[in-house]
Amino acid sequence: MMKKAVINLEELACPTCMQKIEAAVASVKGVDKPSIKVMFNASKLKVNFDEEKVTVKDIEKAIEDLGYPVIKSKVVAA
Amino acid sequence: MQKYILAHKKELTIINGSLLLLALADHFFLTRGKIVPVALIIAGVAGVLPIAVQAFQSLKVKVVSIDVLVTIAVLGAFFVKSYEEAAVVTFLFLAGHFLEQATLSKTRKAIKSLTEMAPEVSLKKDQTGKFVEVSIDEVTQGDTLLVKTGGKVPVDGKVISGSGYVNEASITGESKVAAKQAGSLVYAGTILENGTFQLQAERVGEETAFGKIIELVEEAQDSKSNAERFIDKFSKYYTPAVLLLAIVVGLITKDIELAVTVLVLGCPGALVIGIPVSNVAGIGNGAKHGILLKGSETIQNFSKVDTMVFDKTGTLTVGAPQVNKVISNPEINENKAISTLVSIEAESDHPLAQAVVKTYPNVTRYPVSQTQVIKGGGIIATVKGVKVVLGNLQLMKNNQIKLGPGEIARSEQLESEGNSLVFMAINNQLALILGIKDQLRPNVKSELLRLRKLGVKNLILLSGDNQGTVNQVAQNLRLTEAKGNMMPEDKAAYITELQKKGQNVTFVGDGVNDSPSLATANTGIAMGNGTDVAIDTSDIVLMNSDFDRLVPTLKLAKATSHNMLQNIVIAVGVVVFLLTSLLFSSWINMGIGMFVHEASILVVILNAIRLLNYRLK
Repeated sequence: MMKKAVINLEELACPTCMQKIEAAVASVKGVDKPSIKVMFNASKLKVNFDEEKVTVKDIEKAIEDLGYPVIKSKVVAA
Repeated sequence: MQKYILAHKKELTIINGSLLLLALADHFFLTRGKIVPVALIIAGVAGVLPIAVQAFQSLKVKVVSIDVLVTIAVLGAFFVKSYEEAAVVTFLFLAGHFLEQATLSKTRKAIKSLTEMAPEVSLKKDQTGKFVEVSIDEVTQGDTLLVKTGGKVPVDGKVISGSGYVNEASITGESKVAAKQAGSLVYAGTILENGTFQLQAERVGEETAFGKIIELVEEAQDSKSNAERFIDKFSKYYTPAVLLLAIVVGLITKDIELAVTVLVLGCPGALVIGIPVSNVAGIGNGAKHGILLKGSETIQNFSKVDTMVFDKTGTLTVGAPQVNKVISNPEINENKAISTLVSIEAESDHPLAQAVVKTYPNVTRYPVSQTQVIKGGGIIATVKGVKVVLGNLQLMKNNQIKLGPGEIARSEQLESEGNSLVFMAINNQLALILGIKDQLRPNVKSELLRLRKLGVKNLILLSGDNQGTVNQVAQNLRLTEAKGNMMPEDKAAYITELQKKGQNVTFVGDGVNDSPSLATANTGIAMGNGTDVAIDTSDIVLMNSDFDRLVPTLKLAKATSHNMLQNIVIAVGVVVFLLTSLLFSSWINMGIGMFVHEASILVVILNAIRLLNYRLK
């Protein structure tokens, strides 16, 4: 089952952080790469993922490991 | 360890800055003490730590980020023992970040304050009949909710008891208070200024009108134009290219200092950030004033508009037409005919039908059966066992209903006076001809003139109304062109024709039955009251159905588009300037390079903030 995660991040300020976050999330297995959308101004990340292969916690961890704290996340049906 | 360093970025920046200051003071006021190099080394190390951690993390995900460039540059500076440069560069880079963060949140403020207006809690009736506060996520359709004075309406719904005055600014963009009582519709995000009522939830969360507005604006602030996607792609290769260039320069000249200076000068910051900051500020300013722009592509398109196509009813006119003239057949009882007319029209939401119903609120109504709606024609129904044909002239012709020469002459007369015509035949005999007229909106004429001055060369009216009415409006308003008897598909086809001639077409309509045109035009503008407007099909939504908003919207689009261009010129200009100065002058060094780089980022952000304060008029 594909799910869609909306992850609220702490305010994004640096120009290259979008690239980094995108690359980090893309490296998580089970994530639908073309669906990754880092929203610079909204400071949000939207991504579709396969809930049998990966959890939203794994995605959050990939982002937090980069040094960008996750404020909250919401998972809805894709 | 890495997390610890990042968490204390601020403290490290302060240590870095104060040691740098100490060293500078020492340098100027004392004889060069031993304290200077030590202080600078510590400052440099404290400064480079968080940058290096970020660089390391981004390399782990195979991205050559700006942090990587700066880290290598600082390490290079340490290597050639220029501790002062190491300290200065790291300080500027870190302090610049904090300034950027602060100013960036300012550009986002307008949209943030809008999204924060979304209701979060609600008083919901539980099984025992008591009202308890619950999170908005727990409210579903059909729930009974309570709103008290000062409270926010949590959902779209219908008042079932109580009454009050509601400020609907969040929906209409206009701080007007509306009275609500049992049966009134209320909208999520509006505020009950006075009173108490219970309501039944009809639409919740993202389904509400306000939820849709928020969704639109949130998506819009990050939507990307083609130019932006190009820049994003470009910058992906740009940073590694700078790194490569620096290595090449270092290998050829064997001058490490020069090589690391190239690294710093090549940082792309302002370029990546330039368009998004203008975008968020322009869209934010609009949103504050009830103008919803769907993104930077929309802004670009609309700013270059040269042809505007208008719908008539509800756009150029008030949209509240009234029956102006009735011609009845002397062989048929007029009162009964009008009762028949109102009974059928009451079932339709066509603007002309509503005009009829509004004009005759108190007539007897008959039961209506076998209603059949003829698209672009009218209605055929059965009343009291008799067939009634109600609609335009074409519908009469199609049903072989005969008009006498006198009737034709009088209806042509009505049409030329700007009336829309409605015909009704009972039992295949013409019973009534109605002339229905709508008032022009106030200021339409002067607003159209202002649009012309802003470069909109062609003003075109396309309407489903008869040509006579349309011509009269066109003459009155000095429009370039006016076409009547147009079905929604005809309008869309006509817009396509205009586009083929190379015109940039904006369609302005009330959004109710013009979806094809809204979607076909380069820019579709829906003028509604934010509650029932087709948000999905249009590119720009004017929440307040005020014609006077069109000119400010165009001005804002132009200002935002200029602002984006300015930011790109600043960003590219700075990098070109820095790299050429490196080649042709001797004064440039890492410190100055980093200063100019950070300053250029701040300049583009500050430039975008101007848009937030841009006065809409």
